Amino acid sequence: MRRRWTGVALVGAGALVFGYVVSREDWWSLVLRSLFPDLPVVVFPSATLGQLVVQHLGLVLVSSAVTIAIGIPVGVWVTRPSGRDFRELVSATVDLGQTFPPIAVLALMMPLFGIGTPLPAIVALALYGMFPVVSGTVAGLDSVPPAVLDAARGMGMGRWQVLFRVELPLAARVIMAGVRTSVIINIGTATVAAATGAGGLGSPIFSGINTQNGALVLEGAAAAAMLAVLADSMLARVEDLVTPAG
Amino acid sequence: MIRLEEVTKRYGETLAVDRLSLEVGEGEVCVLIGPSGCGKTTTLRMINRLIEPTSGRIMVGDRDITSVTPEELRRGLGYAIQSVGLFPHLTVAENIVTVPKLLGWEASRMQARVGELLSLVGLDATSYRGKYPRELSGGEAQRVGVARALAADPPVLLMDEPFGAVDPLNRERLQGEFARIQKELHKTVVFVTHDVDEAIRLADRIALMRDGRLQQYDTPENLLDHPASKFVHDFMGADRALKRLGRVRVDAVMRSEVPRISDGSDAVAAAQRAACTAERFSYLVDQDGRLEGWIDCRLLDRGGSAESAITHVDWRATTVRPDTSLKEALSHMLELGFRSIAVTDETGRLLGDVALAGIETTLTEGDAYSAGGPAEGGAQ
Ligand SMILES: Nc1ncnc2c1ncn2[C@@H]1O[C@H](COP(=O)(O)OP(=O)(O)O)[C@@H](O)[C@H]1O
Ligand SMILES: [Mg+2]
Repeated sequence: MRRRWTGVALVGAGALVFGYVVSREDWWSLVLRSLFPDLPVVVFPSATLGQLVVQHLGLVLVSSAVTIAIGIPVGVWVTRPSGRDFRELVSATVDLGQTFPPIAVLALMMPLFGIGTPLPAIVALALYGMFPVVSGTVAGLDSVPPAVLDAARGMGMGRWQVLFRVELPLAARVIMAGVRTSVIINIGTATVAAATGAGGLGSPIFSGINTQNGALVLEGAAAAAMLAVLADSMLARVEDLVTPAG
Repeated sequence: MIRLEEVTKRYGETLAVDRLSLEVGEGEVCVLIGPSGCGKTTTLRMINRLIEPTSGRIMVGDRDITSVTPEELRRGLGYAIQSVGLFPHLTVAENIVTVPKLLGWEASRMQARVGELLSLVGLDATSYRGKYPRELSGGEAQRVGVARALAADPPVLLMDEPFGAVDPLNRERLQGEFARIQKELHKTVVFVTHDVDEAIRLADRIALMRDGRLQQYDTPENLLDHPASKFVHDFMGADRALKRLGRVRVDAVMRSEVPRISDGSDAVAAAQRAACTAERFSYLVDQDGRLEGWIDCRLLDRGGSAESAITHVDWRATTVRPDTSLKEALSHMLELGFRSIAVTDETGRLLGDVALAGIETTLTEGDAYSAGGPAEGGAQ
């Protein structure tokens, strides 16, 4: 138990350090200038790195929330008697959703939701991150030993009691692992969203590509990578916390 | 108490259970037995509606089981299964109070109940309460499973091969404990097994099934002595006399007045020589009456030292309990090469002994020692 909370404290410290590093625009320009001495600009001029990170996080949080809010119930549904027939169909669909290139999904969403709003990006990201959440939920629920379910029903638990008191607690770790994968994929993929004007850490990257400015590409990519590492360790701690003792 | 009327369960072409009628009296242990796939589990699971019958009717108490919701029905029927199915994320105590919690008991009452149940199944309440299932051995998990089934004090217990997955030694012990608990609680029990010895030992009545049909429903004695068909005869096995011994407990033939000598020091042994002339062996016990070994008086008489006449033993390995079956006691004796075996309580205190001769008498007397068995002589 104590170990778990030390981990949480460490991640918290990591988050603070990240926040501070992002806010020190002067450090970034110093480092990037030394790497790219000949470029006219080395940090993204239209927004501070802090603003970009906040935009990026916003995209990721909203789309991941949508993914989780849809993915977990869908995973639960296809393991119930009422949804069992749809299990194959649903896995195939979310599987396909992930093999589709995100940039193509974005391109398809744009005419539907318009340019210059984050909406197409959020829909595309949410779809793209669906697969690990749904398959994690299904795998987690499948891993509950049949004897445990038999005992739970045999002692008089109702359907929802079995789900919430037995199945979900036992599946929590695997479900959370799916969520973690989904969010990490999302942080990387969200850089592409800048192509639709959704902002985020993709903005300096795209701007750098257009102006052949390596410093800007590096700025966005490095910050996104740091964010992904931080989110990964944060979600690993959450995974520990939702894993029941025993 | 439990009545099945023409109950049938069909899976496509398979008749898992075929027009089964069966009545289990209140406080009785009915053991369902038969070859694998004969419909035992299906029958049991129809009683708590984990499986719905294709046709027929099942009554528990005075009501048709379909007159209440399956959940309500099940909370009144204890359920224990071979694979136990303890909830891995909950402690032993939390597992045990599953049904009380569903019934909305108060926390303090549940706490107290956990203590009661753990000691009932022979586990130390303080050290086991907070353990998780993965920290338990197979036998311990099985005990917790039984405690969980008994938690809300249901009048009926449904058990599907509850001791099937534990090793033979532990199984014997669990059977003994089950018999003791049942004597105390008088539940109405439907118990599934494929082990004839277990059925003979625990059943008031045995329902022998084959291909979904009831072959014979009677006392273990009658199944052994008056099998209704060749199938029943063959299934019950050839060693009927020996199997009967499974029905008799050690304390039924135990001799409690046994020569005993307290403390094994030289002086005392010598001083007690007089007391040890009538019989060849005297048991040696400590101040608390715990068995330490025995003295061979013949050696003492021949002038041997007290030292050489004393055999020290570990009571755990060389004794039986009063509730051990004679069958098991006999097998212990044969294994150890003894003509008699000491009987002690759980702490090693000497209670008496059982001699081969006593068991022989039981073998020849047949039904005389089997509790509640009907008289012999029905025409079959
Ligand atoms: N869900 C099911 N679907 C089809 N057949 C089944 C099902 N459950 C049990 N059976 C069949 O019914 C028969 C009785 O099974 P069961 O009651 O489990 O036997 P036992 O417990 O005596 O070994 C077997 O032939 C088995 O194959
Ligand atoms: Mg079975």
